[in-house]
Amino acid sequence: MAMTLSLLAYLVSSVCCIMALRGLSGPNTAKGGLMFGIAGMALAVVTTLMLPGVSSYGTIILGVAVGGGIGALIAKKIEMTALPQLVAAFHSLVGLAAVFIAAAAFHNPEAYNIGTRGEIHIGSLIEMALGVAIGAITFTGSIIAFGKLQGIVTGKPVVFKGQHMLNAALGCVLLLLLVLLCVTESPLVFWAIVFLSFLLGVLMIIPIGGADMPVIVSMLNSYSGWAAAGIGFTLQNNLLIIVGALVGASGAILSYIMCKGMNRSFFNVILGGFGGEAGGAAAASTASDKPVKIGSAEDAAFIMKNASSVIIVPGYGMAVAQAQHALREMADQLKKEGVKVRYAIHPVAGRMPGHMNVLLAEANVPYEDVLELEEINRDFSQTDVAFVIGANDITNPAAKKDPASPIYGMPILDVESAGTVLFVKRSLGSGYAGIDNELFFYDNTMMLLGDAKAMCEGIIRAMEH
Amino acid sequence: MDSHKLAEQAAGVATGASQLSQQAQDLALSISQYAAPEAAGMPFFVVGLTVFVLACFVGYYVVWRVTPALHSPLMAVTNAISSVIIVGALIAAGPEDWNFSKLLGFLAVVLASVNIFGGFIVTHRMLQMFSKKKKQGA
Repeated sequence: MAMTLSLLAYLVSSVCCIMALRGLSGPNTAKGGLMFGIAGMALAVVTTLMLPGVSSYGTIILGVAVGGGIGALIAKKIEMTALPQLVAAFHSLVGLAAVFIAAAAFHNPEAYNIGTRGEIHIGSLIEMALGVAIGAITFTGSIIAFGKLQGIVTGKPVVFKGQHMLNAALGCVLLLLLVLLCVTESPLVFWAIVFLSFLLGVLMIIPIGGADMPVIVSMLNSYSGWAAAGIGFTLQNNLLIIVGALVGASGAILSYIMCKGMNRSFFNVILGGFGGEAGGAAAASTASDKPVKIGSAEDAAFIMKNASSVIIVPGYGMAVAQAQHALREMADQLKKEGVKVRYAIHPVAGRMPGHMNVLLAEANVPYEDVLELEEINRDFSQTDVAFVIGANDITNPAAKKDPASPIYGMPILDVESAGTVLFVKRSLGSGYAGIDNELFFYDNTMMLLGDAKAMCEGIIRAMEH
Repeated sequence: MDSHKLAEQAAGVATGASQLSQQAQDLALSISQYAAPEAAGMPFFVVGLTVFVLACFVGYYVVWRVTPALHSPLMAVTNAISSVIIVGALIAAGPEDWNFSKLLGFLAVVLASVNIFGGFIVTHRMLQMFSKKKKQGA
């Protein structure tokens, strides 16, 4: 009876987790959804604590207090611009926790009713090995992603000869070890799987460049879900399977959306090495001999003040310069002058899905002013000024015109059809993809060279005079 | 034009919701049937797989309806709920006597707790920002 009750409680908890995701379909229902999520998690924990085998409450409370305290502190202190790295770091913890749980089950299978030491059911062993491998890959992969986003590891793709061969070979060895584990059930083989998966996680993420991180962060999100589902199979727990599948599906869909936003296949991203040095060097040489119109903050202020509508296109550069607050102040000034101001968000702007939306929300930009690519792209031709700040490749007309360009076919924001394009950028260098942006040389483009935040502040000052 | 569009969207949402509830029902059914077949000697794997596949479909339909503006909170909240693996960690850390398995369980409890608290709080912070502006905009 007690067993049935706990199973039902897990079911309720699963439904709560579904509701948490369901709530995110709109900003009004999102908070209610979050409450469902928290309730579901609390119910799952309490139900588990009631299970007969769980009795050392002191240790558990200590663990939750230490972990919870650290988590709460980090979450409260973190800057919104550092969100992608935070999420990557959190993914790594899920991965490592999955490894620990699988290892605990391996060393003490009786606690989970999956056999006895040395006599674990074969099915459970396979599930355990899969769970631990995915968990371990998630762990080290996320750490590398974190390092790249934080700037500890180089954001450039790290490629070497035979990389894909090595990864494939490691994958094969992993499969062999899995078979070996099922036959021998040796702890040595188990830890070999863990170690090899750690290695594979590093090697898989290291060749991937900084701007592909939205895909990678989503993919690791997905992996952390599959790892949870794998652990669910091992522990024969439907709650873990359901939630794992939800998270896995969510991450997979986000990866798909991000890939579509770059018009690249998932495998193209995973194989990495996109945007190497060669392209960058070529772009630099062509950049110097064409005329570019360079303007000042005063020029920009004058143009925008006299416009009737402005569309702002933010990119990762805005996040790096922490310019979102200055940008919003500038937009407020413009609105006071009677200018219609809106924001256009490209799906892959920033370093994680929805990154720009959060930053603009942080700066109190009204939700209604922020539009997605499909919603706003047609309006550029009826707009006086497109204000591009910290974005580059997502506005490059080469994606539409030049079949030889590496980004050909990528959906872009049609800023060039606006009356004037104001392009805030630190230098005339090429973007992440190493491609020259011909937009810089258009007649209706004015480059505003400088730090994004300083430029916005300069424009505000110029408008006040 | 606008009201027409609105009606269309409402209809879309309604069909989506009915699909969702249908799937949730299927899911509930498959779970409620779980105890019986297990007793009849059906391996858990088959039951688990059924639940898994159905949950993937539920996830698929729910996540496609998440508005792109909230993709960052989506990642943060999925990250938090994936820490439901704390259930497994609690079982490992449950016994009174310390051994290797319990130590691993304890560490996993700590890690998962970081995620649960961190993930939910950071999601809350983000959503706070979105709803704050909502009031100002109105």
